[in-house]
Amino acid sequence: MNLTPVLTDTWDKDRSWRLATYERNGGYAGLKKALTMEPAALVQAVKDSGLRGRGGAGFPTGMKWGFLPPPDGGPRYLVVNADESEPGTCKDIPLMLASPQHLIEGVAITSFAIGCDHAFIYVRGEVLHVYRRLLNAVEEAYKAGYLGKNIQGSGFDLDVTVHAGAGAYICGEETALLDSLEGLRGQPRLKPPFPAVAGLYARPTVVNNVESIASVPAIVARGADWFASMGTEKSQGHGLFSLSGHVTRPGQFEAPLGITLRELLELSGGIRAGHELKFWTPGGSSTPIFTQDHLDTPLDYESVGAAGSMLGTRALQIFDETVCVVRAVSRWTDFYAHESCGKCTPCREGTYWLKQVLHRIEAGEGQDGDLELLVDLCDNILGKAFCALGDGAVSPITSSIEHFRDEYQAHIDGHGCPFDPSASALFPYTPKTRTPGALTGAGAGGH
Amino acid sequence: MTADPQAATKTGYDAETVASLTADATAIMARYPDPRSGLLPMLHLVQSVDGYVSRDGILFCAEMLGITAAEVSAVATFYTQYKRHPNGTYTVGVCTNTLCAVMGGDAIFDELSDHLGVGHDETTDDGAITLERIECNAACDYAPVVMVNWEFFDNQTPETATALADKLRLGDDVVPTRGAASVCSFKQMSRVLAGFPDGRADEGTGAGEPTLVGLKVARERGWTAPEAPAAGGAAEGAAAGQTSPPVGTPGSSAERKPATSSDTETGKDKKPGEDAK
Repeated sequence: MNLTPVLTDTWDKDRSWRLATYERNGGYAGLKKALTMEPAALVQAVKDSGLRGRGGAGFPTGMKWGFLPPPDGGPRYLVVNADESEPGTCKDIPLMLASPQHLIEGVAITSFAIGCDHAFIYVRGEVLHVYRRLLNAVEEAYKAGYLGKNIQGSGFDLDVTVHAGAGAYICGEETALLDSLEGLRGQPRLKPPFPAVAGLYARPTVVNNVESIASVPAIVARGADWFASMGTEKSQGHGLFSLSGHVTRPGQFEAPLGITLRELLELSGGIRAGHELKFWTPGGSSTPIFTQDHLDTPLDYESVGAAGSMLGTRALQIFDETVCVVRAVSRWTDFYAHESCGKCTPCREGTYWLKQVLHRIEAGEGQDGDLELLVDLCDNILGKAFCALGDGAVSPITSSIEHFRDEYQAHIDGHGCPFDPSASALFPYTPKTRTPGALTGAGAGGH
Repeated sequence: MTADPQAATKTGYDAETVASLTADATAIMARYPDPRSGLLPMLHLVQSVDGYVSRDGILFCAEMLGITAAEVSAVATFYTQYKRHPNGTYTVGVCTNTLCAVMGGDAIFDELSDHLGVGHDETTDDGAITLERIECNAACDYAPVVMVNWEFFDNQTPETATALADKLRLGDDVVPTRGAASVCSFKQMSRVLAGFPDGRADEGTGAGEPTLVGLKVARERGWTAPEAPAAGGAAEGAAAGQTSPPVGTPGSSAERKPATSSDTETGKDKKPGEDAK
């Protein structure tokens, strides 16, 4: 399957982040065309394109816009979720560093389509230069008349505020993001009401991922049919596939949905020399892990789902045979325990206990019955937590026990980890003796 | 506001600091329909002055927003970037989430910790460096990753990381792999995060090698996205003939009742288990 550079197409240009570069390469043709169209026709075009949320959930973008209630004269908001934090996910940050105007143009078109005159971009606070680029991109767009009053003489007004978060994975959950944007602790809200009805300041709000919004300008400029001509029947268009880990040339690959890991590995030089694939995530750490058996699974929403995982954010973290699956999963579990917001008991307490059990297995102190205990704990979290963070926390555990139960058991029976942790590193080193408490800290603490 | 700004505040800031903080906080609050939305940037602002979220900073935010100090503290303690004790001039964060950890992040953290004599969230005696374990920072294709004041230092090793730390302690400039031409101080960084640009957006690169690896392959093989259909296209087609009911009118999707789990799960990115609910 051929790669299809659309969003990435300008990234190798000189000063790719500048508005002038973007305009020279066809930028803002979409907005100019959109302003001549009826907003409802824009919503329909995005529906027709088949674009589905690129932030992981895969909800049809145009349908999400269509959920807004009728205008009542009050404000309606667009909030861009630029809080990219899902482990393994590394597509929106390079997009905004290399070509923030793709996003700004998408924000302008989307705002026009949904009747919004004040849009927000919520970017995680831990990417200083990306925030600089976004602030600068917005300023350039104002000066050029793509934002502000009477945009391109259309009579349409739009202000854009770029807002930096302050470090909290949970703020990628859209209602937690809205609470955070309102100046509160970032904890999820009960749904319904959905943000489309009562979102930011309890007003109708669309929350979309960066890549989703950045995909809109080309859909408008080139047509819904053009977009839908890429990908599969139900998973249409192009998407960024992020390969990381034990591959020869990791990085971003923009391809039609439905490409396979086997194809992507061929393009990235394969697994690092002398090693073989052991396990991988198709869409970030919250998506159940895959193995060699899934090399030919088409990476589209339906096929990945049918194979027991989720397409998620197309964050393909590749681990070779040197990696201990217990170590990998234990560390992800530290992450979820640390990032659990504390609002609901199954997630707050459950991730804490998952962490304890995994730590003791990893340390060689596992007991018979620990695997059953883990599975039971997972069963008490999955589907019972307030938001999807709890569900995400259990998927690496349940899927890895399913695929690698013997490896877990070997830690318990052998009273220790059979792997040399230095073998998975990209450089030689002698592991230091892990002192008690060495794992306290970000990965091990909690709010 | 009285002639003496200190008279109106319970903070211990001097008049000049109160005046400049007030001017900046006012500018922040003006960005939002509801001033309370300004709290996160205002806490970054406080850190740009005090180097952490101080008692005075909490009181200041509370006074500006007309909320209690407890309400401000509740927010400040939720987010990891807000420091509850004075931070070093540089936060050195080593990603020890799974992927970076197994590729060398654990070794880098252990080496730095030994080298600097501090653990997670501890600051060197000279006040130069606060060492942290950090979570995934969206640069997995550059693993193992180290962040200095939230600028990217990609593809690190224990040797490069300790050399980096040594330079920081000597006060030498260090250059991020993808970022500004040099790393600014924690306080300067905090001011940018409060939404006040420092004019450095044009410094540095747009993309590193991994960011461009797929594009390079496409260029080499002559691959492009499909051509757009000749003038017109589906978007105009929609405008011409297939227009759906305007958003929110009867018959539009706003009126549609949720039918599947995906209709009711528009939440966060990701998340397995949705289908199981």
